[in-house]
Amino acid sequence: MRGNVYIYIAVMSLVSLAVRVLPLTLIRGQIENRFVRSFLYYVPYVTLAVMTFPAIVEATQVPLAGALALAVGIVLAFLGAGLFPVSVVCCLVVLIVEGLVSVL
Amino acid sequence: MPMTIEKRSALRAGVRDGVPIAMGYFAVAFSLGIAGRNAGLTPLQGFVISILNHASAGEYAGITAIAALAPYWELAVTILITNARYLLMSCALSQKLAPETSLWNRLGVGFGITDEIFGISMARPGFLEPTYTYGAMLIAIPSWAAGTALGIIAGNTLPLRVVSALSVALYGMFLAIIIPPARKDRVVAVLVGLSFLCSLLLGKGAAAFSLDWLTGGTQVILLTLLLAGGAAALFPIKEEGGERHEG
Repeated sequence: MRGNVYIYIAVMSLVSLAVRVLPLTLIRGQIENRFVRSFLYYVPYVTLAVMTFPAIVEATQVPLAGALALAVGIVLAFLGAGLFPVSVVCCLVVLIVEGLVSVL
Repeated sequence: MPMTIEKRSALRAGVRDGVPIAMGYFAVAFSLGIAGRNAGLTPLQGFVISILNHASAGEYAGITAIAALAPYWELAVTILITNARYLLMSCALSQKLAPETSLWNRLGVGFGITDEIFGISMARPGFLEPTYTYGAMLIAIPSWAAGTALGIIAGNTLPLRVVSALSVALYGMFLAIIIPPARKDRVVAVLVGLSFLCSLLLGKGAAAFSLDWLTGGTQVILLTLLLAGGAAALFPIKEEGGERHEG
């Protein structure tokens, strides 16, 4: 069975929805197990860190631009800047560095 | 039903934090739209896929499968694998919601899970107010869908330099989520550094040995199980409060 684009869309969307809502609806209340609680506490940090590097360096046209955006982003976030400022400055760093590189 | 002040301010905060997500999404979705165009999707089909799935790697894999006229079951398995990390995120979010949170709010928050919306929702202090997540979804998901549709319509017309600059918006946001806790908690700091290193090594290793099955999404799941599991075994958080670990 293959070929109907609307069935493709329905299949994709149903599977996407299922993986997202099943744990949230099945796990009610706080988990008591200390290991599981600790594991879930650490999950976001590992997941987001793994997705950020080296992807940020590979996403830009010039790898140096991505590397500098990473460095500047870490420093700004360390100093307590919020989501939006860090995000915008990272974009600007890439725009400036790639602009400079194309001129040189 | 009138909203309480807390819900309303959480909604506003969600919209505010959703803005950088929407920016980054637009650029990523635009390039996804180009793939959709090549798969023969109409702008409306691309828009619908993105509203319902809002997952970059998952949608990309899905669109590739559609272009190849893959069997339906194969598409289902592909989406299950590329989106499996959302299972973990959904588990983590289940502990972030107040236990009395209604089924509808659980479905709503679950539907909204993306790497970024999950990230900002977990970064909220205390229990998560669902309206915060809804606020972010309200601005980020339509931007994702609009970017996909425009990518299908416009193809390669957005200047490469602009796409390149916008492509780091999401990573900048991730840094703003993971670095401040790393400053306060040395275990998290080491864990973030170790995650960077392992991600680099595993990515290089997968490329060097042509391990096609070890996709970006699978790497995320493997490293999350391994590193978060290791940290949980070695540095369990304290029973009460949840935020601090021992030692």
